[in-house]
Amino acid sequence: MQSKLGLDERQIAEARALAGQIADDVMNFILDKTTVAIERTVLRLMGLDGVDEEGIPLANVLVDQVLRNGQLSGGVSRLVINGMLQTGLSLQKLGEKVAEGELDLFSLPAFEVESLLERGALEAERALDRIKNSRQARETYLQQLGEGPQPYVYVIVATGNIYEDIIQAKAAARQGADIIAVIRTTGQSLLDYVPYGATTEGFGGTYATQENFRIMRAALDEVGEEVGRYIRLCNYASGLCMPEIAAMGAMERLDVMLNDALYGILFRDINMQRTLIDQHFSRMINAYAGIIINTGEDNYLTTADAVEAAHTVLASQLINEQLAKRSGLPEEQMGLGHAFEMNPAIEDGLLWEWAQAQMAREIFPNAPLKYMPPTKHMTGNIFRGHVQDALFNLIGIATGQGIQLLGMMTEAIHTPLIHDRQLAIESARYIFNNARHLQDEIEFKQDGQMVKRAHQVVDEASALLQEMVDKGLFQSLSEGMFADVKRTPDGGKGRDGVVLRAPDYYNPIEEALYRRLGLDMGKEVSAR
Amino acid sequence: MNDLRHIRPYGDTWDDGKVQMSFSLPVPYGEEAKEAARQYVAKLGLLEPQVVHAMDLGEEMTFFVLYAKATHAIDFTTIKVPKVESPVMDFYEINQFIKDHIGRKVVVVGACTGTDAHTVGIDAIMNMKGYAGEYGLERYPEIDAYNMGSQVSNAALIRKAKEVNADAILVSQVVTQKDVHLPNLTELVDMLEAEGLRQRLVVICGGPRLNHEVALELGYDAGFGSGTLAPDVASFIVHEMVKRQTSKF
Repeated sequence: MQSKLGLDERQIAEARALAGQIADDVMNFILDKTTVAIERTVLRLMGLDGVDEEGIPLANVLVDQVLRNGQLSGGVSRLVINGMLQTGLSLQKLGEKVAEGELDLFSLPAFEVESLLERGALEAERALDRIKNSRQARETYLQQLGEGPQPYVYVIVATGNIYEDIIQAKAAARQGADIIAVIRTTGQSLLDYVPYGATTEGFGGTYATQENFRIMRAALDEVGEEVGRYIRLCNYASGLCMPEIAAMGAMERLDVMLNDALYGILFRDINMQRTLIDQHFSRMINAYAGIIINTGEDNYLTTADAVEAAHTVLASQLINEQLAKRSGLPEEQMGLGHAFEMNPAIEDGLLWEWAQAQMAREIFPNAPLKYMPPTKHMTGNIFRGHVQDALFNLIGIATGQGIQLLGMMTEAIHTPLIHDRQLAIESARYIFNNARHLQDEIEFKQDGQMVKRAHQVVDEASALLQEMVDKGLFQSLSEGMFADVKRTPDGGKGRDGVVLRAPDYYNPIEEALYRRLGLDMGKEVSAR
Repeated sequence: MNDLRHIRPYGDTWDDGKVQMSFSLPVPYGEEAKEAARQYVAKLGLLEPQVVHAMDLGEEMTFFVLYAKATHAIDFTTIKVPKVESPVMDFYEINQFIKDHIGRKVVVVGACTGTDAHTVGIDAIMNMKGYAGEYGLERYPEIDAYNMGSQVSNAALIRKAKEVNADAILVSQVVTQKDVHLPNLTELVDMLEAEGLRQRLVVICGGPRLNHEVALELGYDAGFGSGTLAPDVASFIVHEMVKRQTSKF
């Protein structure tokens, strides 16, 4: 693709290489570690579900026992597969017995290694086949029903009650939404377990549970068939249960997942080691499930200034892209985030936003970029807010964004009311239709301020990446290079859940994922 | 002369009572839906309701835009809202005021407390560079400003205030969940009371969800919302300090 902004291909390739070095550094750090969340994910993928008498998920019960016993460095898999072989029980039954105190995994004799590995491999293949089937079901739906044109119209529902969410989601689908994101309840990202079952109470959102995923998926399939368009479902594989939620989404056919460690580190104060380790495993699951991930760079501009910090978004996107590649995600599944967040009082602000959106499009030509609406400068003036969102929508269509998260005129006030969403979708559809091929007609003046702005952002991002290569990602985050927020490698929540892998660490699901995704990375670590 | 004791909404003619409203009803779109919306607004006590727009939202929901005339009136002359009342001075005036009336440097400690990691508010008021062209308190020659940054515990903030013998404490709360900023703000005041420091300090909070009235309710001396700049805060601090000095005699 010819760059309309005259961006320098070589400079961008160099920036990518720098981001690649930063990503390699991170990978070196994470590959010899596991976390409680990864081990719980393995159990869930192998079929463990449900909670004990006190409502604690069985996955937590088992992994916590292994951790307390000092054996998590070997992974949870060997113990449970040994248990299954010795007792002849399914993983579910085994888990229930352990939770009831009727069975002690640690006192069972060790089964012969070869059979154990064979059974582990079998369980892993079965687990990944389930994900594969779910992916195929999506592809079948897409063939049968088709989908809306890009940018996909993405809206949120956030009632706290999954059944109320369904009403709002179905209405939104009828109004023209392509992606429904069920916002999670406040604070779920900090829970070190995934709640269980259908839920009807939440604050500012609805609990992400496997049952809620299933219920919403069924509702969207139903309305999708009625409107003749596949409706994608989005949730949040982020926070302390990042890989577990990725696994649940993969099994229940979610289509889009917020999946960004950097967001959790900066905005939820989650420990950076923990969440970067979790992220790699969760991204492999998302990659294999055909799920589009969304990254959260757009949020940097809610705390830092959108004009001054634009390059931090680009630098972070490049790092996220490189990390995602190392987890097997194809570009077509990288919904890298960016945002329309400049102060509306800036003269020519629209031109700069336009230049940056075009720049992102050109630098990531195959990615379904996720373009985020104004939030920081939204006020109680809903009428002006509607106009701000209209300008945002105009840039979305004129620069060919992949996913347009629609702004709501009531952004600064409350989670969307049913008609807020209608008005937002109506406006977006009007603008998308009315300016559908605007991008084909536009060229930019090569010495104009839009081209200059894009070049400036690329220059600054390159310089920042150069600085970060020398420091490494951890040190860079400690210095507040992103979002003006400072985090330390040992600070934040969830650090206790990080475990150094022993030489005999065993994780059949990870091995199968590496193989099916065709990744060599981590081979020396994961192969025993 | 318009009578401020009987105020009704103004559309394009004095006292026409014109209001616009929009809402949804959980009924299927159609003539019955529009009539239901009209009657509903009439029941609210509004006259001549007119449905100017109705839209099918799906799932048996309908959205309406309406106009109507309000009948109730309100007495504007009796309205009272607490506000920060000290006059706002500029950078130079504030420094001069401190020299003239306080005669020593004013010590201010600021922090974004609790779980909040967003320093945008406290930085705008305190950092050298300031915000929107107004220098922050660190730039004021007559003020010693200590910005402790984000996620500072109330205990750490009080320790620092004691250590530097602060005259004023600034607390910023930008992003909060489940209104956790309210108990957090109250806790600080309780802790200051317990240590016998409350009366010695000018205690101020700020953030998008705060205003002066809420601040007073929480036991603060003042509260500032979005758009506040360093001179607004500094002016209040110095006036309050002088007021307290004089009231002692």
